[in-house]
Amino acid sequence: MSEIAGEPLKQTPLNAIHRALGAKMVDFGGWDMPVHYSGIIDEHNTVRNAVGIFDVSHMGEIEIRGPEALALIDFLTPNAASKLKDGQAQYSALLYEHGGFVDDILVHKVSAHHYFLCVNASNQDKDYAHIREHNTFQAEVEFASARYALLAVQGPHAPSVVRKLADVDLTPVRYYHFVDGSVGGVPARIARTGYTGELGFELYVAAEEAVRVWNAVLDAGAEFGIKPAGLGARNTLRLEAAMALYGHEITASLTPLEAGLERIVKFEKGNFLGRKALLEQHERGVHRLLTGFEMTGRGIGRDGYEIMIGGAPAGWVTSGGPSPTLGRNIGMCYLPVAHTRPGENIQVMIRNQPVEAVTRPMPFYKRAN
Amino acid sequence: MYPENFRYTKEHEWVRVDGDTATMGITLHAQKELGDIVYVDLPKTGTAVEQGKTIGSVESVKAVSDIYSPVSGEVTAINETLATAPEKLNEDPHGEAWLVKIRLGAPEEIDSLLSAADYLSYIGE
Repeated sequence: MSEIAGEPLKQTPLNAIHRALGAKMVDFGGWDMPVHYSGIIDEHNTVRNAVGIFDVSHMGEIEIRGPEALALIDFLTPNAASKLKDGQAQYSALLYEHGGFVDDILVHKVSAHHYFLCVNASNQDKDYAHIREHNTFQAEVEFASARYALLAVQGPHAPSVVRKLADVDLTPVRYYHFVDGSVGGVPARIARTGYTGELGFELYVAAEEAVRVWNAVLDAGAEFGIKPAGLGARNTLRLEAAMALYGHEITASLTPLEAGLERIVKFEKGNFLGRKALLEQHERGVHRLLTGFEMTGRGIGRDGYEIMIGGAPAGWVTSGGPSPTLGRNIGMCYLPVAHTRPGENIQVMIRNQPVEAVTRPMPFYKRAN
Repeated sequence: MYPENFRYTKEHEWVRVDGDTATMGITLHAQKELGDIVYVDLPKTGTAVEQGKTIGSVESVKAVSDIYSPVSGEVTAINETLATAPEKLNEDPHGEAWLVKIRLGAPEEIDSLLSAADYLSYIGE
């Protein structure tokens, strides 16, 4: 068994809690984060069948304010930020001029002159610098990550748990909408978003209140069988839901069109950073496309493994692993467009041996209704 | 938890010697660090193995880890039940979920391995 050495890492406000719960901690992009508590499979199934709570306070928050806030966001993101209503969130991206990803992000419209971005932990410094660099609009850009903790309450019972603690009616809060209220007496931005493919809420609270909210959610969720869940389960859950992870499905050298994210590219909205490159790619057609696969031979196709078709290199695995819900080994990969129809036979190179797999439609899991 | 009659490696394998044969597996500590084990790749019977060299791998949900042979010799048996029930490695890593049996090629190598007390202090327990 090989050993990995640790280095001084950044901590969320819940670090001591994770350790007290006996979590296995790992270095995740420079953050000391819980990978699992009771076990990835148990936590995964708890989120699918009941409810789990995740500490995702490592995620970054950037606030954009002022009369030019929308103009800045509309230029920096390919999705139609101007279509957002107050209290609505949108999956989007920050792109380079060549069309590759700086990051994938969530844009929340708080009010006409105030937008709130949630960005990936390991990209937050880069994102902030990228936004500032292009802020010729005189919008006010605040790097707010240190002020926020983020707790994700996910699973079919998540609404029941959060409803017990919230001082606002959550019934009208639809998917990808949010409301500002309080949870367990703590001011919170309560967003119906998530990264698991389940019902759920993400709670943005002040960093110093994180422990209080975490404990309140665990207490309120006890009757529903709530458990803390780590980044391991978060990864298997998002893989089944075929949600992209920066550094895997999306990188600086891949575009939203290649990643199967045309839905966040709105050419008709007018100019935005990356539009010209994406339009060219759209007109020419993409060569490679993100595709689902399932192992049919014995083995697990993991991130970075090469894919062969007919004995020739054809692509690579971006994320792969066992699916606890399906009981099969699944993954996502980049393949030449001609081979991306479901049912194509491919081979994943696992420790220099080709192992049979077949392309599959995504997502692998979709919750009922 | 860590039998006195086993010897251990810093790579978190254990060995139990009976006559000229060593039975080996991964330690309780190793399975805890790995989490849910979903796949085990073992060498074929008859394979010549060398102390400290990779002989297979264990996969958890999250990652792949190499298994290193704690001794040199020849593989005489592998635990076939792990192919269909890899989770046994989480349940009974020091017993039912042994990995391979090796006919010792250099019995003196055993002396270079850690005692239970040394291993416990190595992992900080």
